[in-house]
Amino acid sequence: MALDRWIALILVGVCLAYGYAAWFTMDGALAPFMKRNPIWPSTFPKVLSVLGLLTSLVILSGMEKSEPKEADIDYRRLGEYKLGQALLLLALMVAYAICLRPLGFIFSTAAFLILGSFILGERKWALMIPIALFATLVVWYLVQQVLGIYLRPLPGFVGG
Amino acid sequence: MLEGLLIGLQTALSIQNLLMVIGGCLIGTFIGMLPGLGPMSIIAIMIPVAISMGDPSAALILLAGVYYGAIFGGSTSSILLNAPGVAGTVASSFDGYPMAKQGEAGKALTIAAIASFAGGSIGALLLMVFAPALSSVALLFHSAEYFALMVVGLSAIAAFAGTGQVAKALMMTLLGLIMATVGEGALFNMPRFTMGIMDLQSGFGFITLAMAMFALPEALFLVLKPKTTQESQDGEIKNLRITGAEAKSIAPVIGRQSLQGFFIGVLPGAGATIASFLGYAVERNLATKEEQEEFGKGSIKGLAAPETANNAACTGSFVPLLTLGIPGSGTTAILLGALIALNVTPGPRLMLDEPQIFWAVIMSMFIGNLVLLILNLPLIPYIAKVLSIPRNYLIPFILFFTLMGAYIGQNNATELLLLVGFGVAATALRFADYPLAPLLIGFILGGMLEDNFSRSMQLYDGIGFIWERPMTLGLLVIAALLVFLPSFRARRARLRAEGIADGD
Repeated sequence: MALDRWIALILVGVCLAYGYAAWFTMDGALAPFMKRNPIWPSTFPKVLSVLGLLTSLVILSGMEKSEPKEADIDYRRLGEYKLGQALLLLALMVAYAICLRPLGFIFSTAAFLILGSFILGERKWALMIPIALFATLVVWYLVQQVLGIYLRPLPGFVGG
Repeated sequence: MLEGLLIGLQTALSIQNLLMVIGGCLIGTFIGMLPGLGPMSIIAIMIPVAISMGDPSAALILLAGVYYGAIFGGSTSSILLNAPGVAGTVASSFDGYPMAKQGEAGKALTIAAIASFAGGSIGALLLMVFAPALSSVALLFHSAEYFALMVVGLSAIAAFAGTGQVAKALMMTLLGLIMATVGEGALFNMPRFTMGIMDLQSGFGFITLAMAMFALPEALFLVLKPKTTQESQDGEIKNLRITGAEAKSIAPVIGRQSLQGFFIGVLPGAGATIASFLGYAVERNLATKEEQEEFGKGSIKGLAAPETANNAACTGSFVPLLTLGIPGSGTTAILLGALIALNVTPGPRLMLDEPQIFWAVIMSMFIGNLVLLILNLPLIPYIAKVLSIPRNYLIPFILFFTLMGAYIGQNNATELLLLVGFGVAATALRFADYPLAPLLIGFILGGMLEDNFSRSMQLYDGIGFIWERPMTLGLLVIAALLVFLPSFRARRARLRAEGIADGD
């Protein structure tokens, strides 16, 4: 079974879960006076869940034939690409999301940029570190001072 | 109309807004040139900046400038490197890259700039004529018709997705609509589908979703498969002039393709990409025998056609956005999201309530095209240096800007985790050839669609509005035809190919 049909299977699951929530659990919490309304909060989701289920079943059953296209990246040969780098970068992004608040913007961002290019194979530290620090400070200045959006610059325990 | 024009000129010619156009075009060209970053990613990255400016006209002018700049930058990298940054400029590389290889990169860039300028300006003129007419019709619409019209728009996006793609595009649209129902709706103050998570109370952030659907997968693709850049033509961009005879031969191409591109751009779902490929094909068929030989080997007509068409189509795609408030493409959907965040609701009322925004955008289209022609073109040899930034530095910065865009929009670190999660999901969907733009369009229209649906249900006390209002019924029938006709025709064609279906 090709990847698009596996995804269709997942989408069937999503639609079933969504539909279950819409048809069976949502209306219980509805206030009695709202039940006289022709439209409930669950009406539109109910329609969507049915349509979504039908469409995902159509894809799953392979009713619609599509000619094989030459894609940018063939997922069947994913191992031949730089998958490790991509996964490490994703992990780095998650780490950044977790560290941004506690460790402050300047440290997290500089570390993110340096580690990011390190993962991609850059080893010129003398170039990497100044670029990362400079970019971090410029972005912080722009966001904080020009756009006026608060970003905690330093780690919490320093009082930033 | 004259009054509107003057209001628009007044707004667009203020120093601040002129700087916005120029800045937007430059930033757009700069980033659009990078292979792998399309206009949707760039606009998504620019949205937090635009929103925090607070002035809707300035924001829209900036974003529109970025849009043209990105398309222009995309054609530059198509011509110089055969590495289109944008799907809409793939057709430009057919003839642009051979020209650059023959040492005529400068001429190719000039033709591209002139063609883009003409396409964009003629498109803006047509927009000035058609948008007010369409929006005066749209003022007659009720919420029931709006609901139906949005259904038509969404179905058209699915229907134009191409053979074998209709169900997938439809599914993505529905998924976008489903995601739009998460959080508190406008008409009911009751959280839906939040699974008790506080951060989902206000729904998914639209910038987060836009970044996750476009910028992040593109960056991941760059990581997974480094694009092998062809031998670069460093310092060979000279001789930007074209001869009078060449100008004469591309003039009719530009004229035809501006019109054709514009009307293709107006259709929902058929955007710059289709317009440019179709424009290329049409011009090849119209050319004389000798000229047809040239196509693909560096024909100036073959370069002018897609360039004109894709710019005209970009302008055309503003028609449904500004008059009906219904975006026909991923890019205009992102613009719509930005406008809603700025408390402006595009639609037929826009022209009456806030004429300065509407006309300023149109005026800024002319200014933007002019900026691209006289400011960007001479700068291209310098801007092209950006192509030599090593990817080891480029990719972390792209990832950082997507993270930053999602963070400063909501000021919430959970958004970043959502961004990564959706980004991975979007990459998987792209592997499986699911189109992502319909998801975003569905997501952005979801709220409005449900509001209009609920309002009509309340007015007619039930589903009756569908058959009591003939226009609604008609529009819904059109929507159904749009979805089922392509698959029906594909099926019949297949059966006929197998020799089963005959008799018609």
